[in-house]
Amino acid sequence: MRTGVFFENYGAEEQLWDSQTAKTMMAVFVVALYLLPLWGSDYMVAMACIVGIHLIAVMGLNITTGSAGLISLSQAAFMGVGCYAVSWFARWGIPFWLALPMAGLLAALIGMVVGLPSLRVKGMYFAIATLAAHFVLSFLFREWTPVTGGPGGVNIPAANFFGIELVGDHRMFYPIYICVLLLGLAAANITRSYVGRAFIAVRDRDISAEILGVNLLRYKVLAFMLGSFYAGVAGGLLGYFYGAITAEYFTFGLSVFYVAAIIVGGLGRVLGSVLGAVFMTFVPESLRLMSSALSGSIPSLANLLLPMGQVVFGILIIIFLIFEPRGLAQMWARVRRAFHLWPFRT
Amino acid sequence: MNTPIVALDLVVRDIALAFGGIRALRGVSMKAPAGKITAVIGPNGAGKTSLFNTISGFYRPNSGRVILGGTDITDAAVHARAGMGLARTFQNVALFSGLSVLENIKLGGHHLINGNPLAAICGLSSSRQAEMALRAEVEQRVIDFLELDNVRHKPVEALSHGLQKRVELARGLAMRPSVLLLDEPVAGMNREETEDMARYILDVQEEWGVTVVIVEHDMGLVMDISHHVAVLNFGELIAQGPPSQVASDPEVIKAYLGSETSAVCA
Amino acid sequence: MTNLYIFIEFVLLGLLASGLSALIALSFVLVYKGTHVVNFAAGEVMMLGAYLYYTGAVVLQLHPAAALFISLVGISLVSVAIEAFVLRPLAGQPTISILMATIGMASLLHGSVEIIWGQSPLETPALLPRFPVNWGEVMIPGAAIGNFVISSLLIAAVVTFFRFTQTGIEMRATASDPVTAASLGVDIRAAQRMTWILAGLTGTLAGTLIVSSGSVSPALASVALSVFSVVILGGLDSVTGVILASLIVGVLESLTVGYIDGKMRDVFPYVVVLAVLVVRPFGLSGTHEIERL
Repeated sequence: MRTGVFFENYGAEEQLWDSQTAKTMMAVFVVALYLLPLWGSDYMVAMACIVGIHLIAVMGLNITTGSAGLISLSQAAFMGVGCYAVSWFARWGIPFWLALPMAGLLAALIGMVVGLPSLRVKGMYFAIATLAAHFVLSFLFREWTPVTGGPGGVNIPAANFFGIELVGDHRMFYPIYICVLLLGLAAANITRSYVGRAFIAVRDRDISAEILGVNLLRYKVLAFMLGSFYAGVAGGLLGYFYGAITAEYFTFGLSVFYVAAIIVGGLGRVLGSVLGAVFMTFVPESLRLMSSALSGSIPSLANLLLPMGQVVFGILIIIFLIFEPRGLAQMWARVRRAFHLWPFRT
Repeated sequence: MNTPIVALDLVVRDIALAFGGIRALRGVSMKAPAGKITAVIGPNGAGKTSLFNTISGFYRPNSGRVILGGTDITDAAVHARAGMGLARTFQNVALFSGLSVLENIKLGGHHLINGNPLAAICGLSSSRQAEMALRAEVEQRVIDFLELDNVRHKPVEALSHGLQKRVELARGLAMRPSVLLLDEPVAGMNREETEDMARYILDVQEEWGVTVVIVEHDMGLVMDISHHVAVLNFGELIAQGPPSQVASDPEVIKAYLGSETSAVCA
Repeated sequence: MTNLYIFIEFVLLGLLASGLSALIALSFVLVYKGTHVVNFAAGEVMMLGAYLYYTGAVVLQLHPAAALFISLVGISLVSVAIEAFVLRPLAGQPTISILMATIGMASLLHGSVEIIWGQSPLETPALLPRFPVNWGEVMIPGAAIGNFVISSLLIAAVVTFFRFTQTGIEMRATASDPVTAASLGVDIRAAQRMTWILAGLTGTLAGTLIVSSGSVSPALASVALSVFSVVILGGLDSVTGVILASLIVGVLESLTVGYIDGKMRDVFPYVVVLAVLVVRPFGLSGTHEIERL
């Protein structure tokens, strides 16, 4: 409990940032972030774009798996759906700010189709169903040439904002981070509303939730559809960002990457998604930097980046599950609590 | 949100429930009168929790009907029964460990929310207002009533067993039920906690006008607070009536103490 | 009449292939029955076992049987390590945590194997002689028959072990009710460890049989994923169910690949999974779980 912090009504107590300091810091951070293309290096801006895209997918997965406890191994495949969808929408002349939510909706619809049968039974089966859905979708990405361009992939025309072509990291930064902001606020709203509470109830004790009047199937499907929507939007942004995409991008390994991100970051919390996405994006980056630094002495390291990444992801998942199951967000909360009373200890 | 609570009676008629070869309930018929406290007692394994689970809808009876205030709810889905006025607590505390006390109790109000999930996600003011109204209602009617104000932001796992059971009762009350099923509400409590809980249950029945049905082993509690008692043994109803009458029923004595001792008592 | 022979050939191939998939499915069922966890790392364990066999047979130039022995010992050690370092610390946590831990293990093992042995396929010596068997106009590769026979024997051995030996009964008791088993003197830690070891062994044997008719590569792990169709169809905790399911899936897959398109082999099992979940989620003979309230 922070000393000296009192609220005069319930609304004030339930705000997202509940003190003047928190609000100011948040404002400063947001302004600095949105001005990044002006003051950051090219490398930073490019990395920020990638982090932003991953962040949206991770936030979605954190709703499905973190809040509602439904283990989804198909987040990467749904990103693919969003990406291919956007390539078609853009070709039909639909502006990007409409194409993105449409891509999300398409992904959500497919999520509903997969979820409705498999969410009627225990969680284990749903995990396997998402696995199956991932491989079926991957197969379609590779083989359904008229729609997905087969192994050659598709091109996505650049996004167009009132005549300004959004090409390149600096310009795509803004759509990406506007989506991050909007979707992040939505995710935070979910956690403090009855919808988020219902998700956690379904995760912790679904029998009790049913007694309280929560329609289990409806809420599970909703959680999965939300997660898929986020994945679809992330995939769409990915498409506009890269301009061209092939099915090889959306691997099972990427789905595992997102699962690792929410475990490392913290289940069910937006802060967890942020910490997880940032941390996990920098793991392969650090490996890459490390291997190029060591390339003098161990030249073969470069080929091993992918499997090394897999080893590190696996270890991270296991270590965090054992030692810090609530993730980096929990560690952050501990640090914050220590600072509330600083310089006093307790 | 401000609809008054109407106490309804709960009737089960000829409920038969079997799991494979085990007949948990055989032709049980009983009535819990509206607005009163009814206790369901019986030795271990008599079928009390099975009866509750059937009323809640987790088990579909092989035959028989469950009637809530005149409406047959036997075929209703589990999650639909909350809206019909049925609330329930569990023998082993079934709170949501990922949430605080306040959030757990607010979940009791879930079925009363008419909103669209999309509105909540977008943070529209209508949804925020409904949320604040729920918070106000829960704080004033339930948290104050059950004296939980100083623990309301704590995670439920940090509470003592007695407090957790009280939170579960609070959550049940937040549902604005017409019939409240309490499965062993004082199990594992010491003398003081039991007396507190007894007081709360009586207050609930008197001030809120709810029909309360409790499964209990604590005979003192049962005799003190219930208006009506039903006794189960081996899945059958062997006695039903006011506490004093049931306590002196020879069948009931035989069920609890065994037939050899009844010869001694007589 | 050739059409009939082609059909029979496909059916027979499917039936014979089912032996191996039943063996792999058995490894899933063992873990699920023993610990209520779906082991997403089963494929990777199987792959590691096959690579150990390769190391023994090719790198160390041992006789295939000795190489097999080494891989079995190696996998037992790995299973013990998994149980001790990953599963034991996670003992009290909800099942989704453990499931995610197996996903983490799978990633870890997969990456390690690729680092140690590389990504390209490596040729492995045959455990069984390779020769085609001709039955009238129907041609069946001898390895397929051999695999089926060995798989059937192994499955029968495992089932007998569970039914009739002391250890097997202890393992079943631990799976069904650890607390009671412990109070009766069963060493539940050892029983759970045995479950994982046995699952690893069956997986390794299946993996070794698969690679002994060709080469070993990291793609082997995905074979286990496709076995999910058998596991779901048969029921996660039913041995007879998965045996039956493996026969059905084997024949169906063979016919689909033969008559429709070879590329369907990759995606067919997953379509089956989704179809089964829609129609009959608990599979042919899986138990509907009744939870104690």
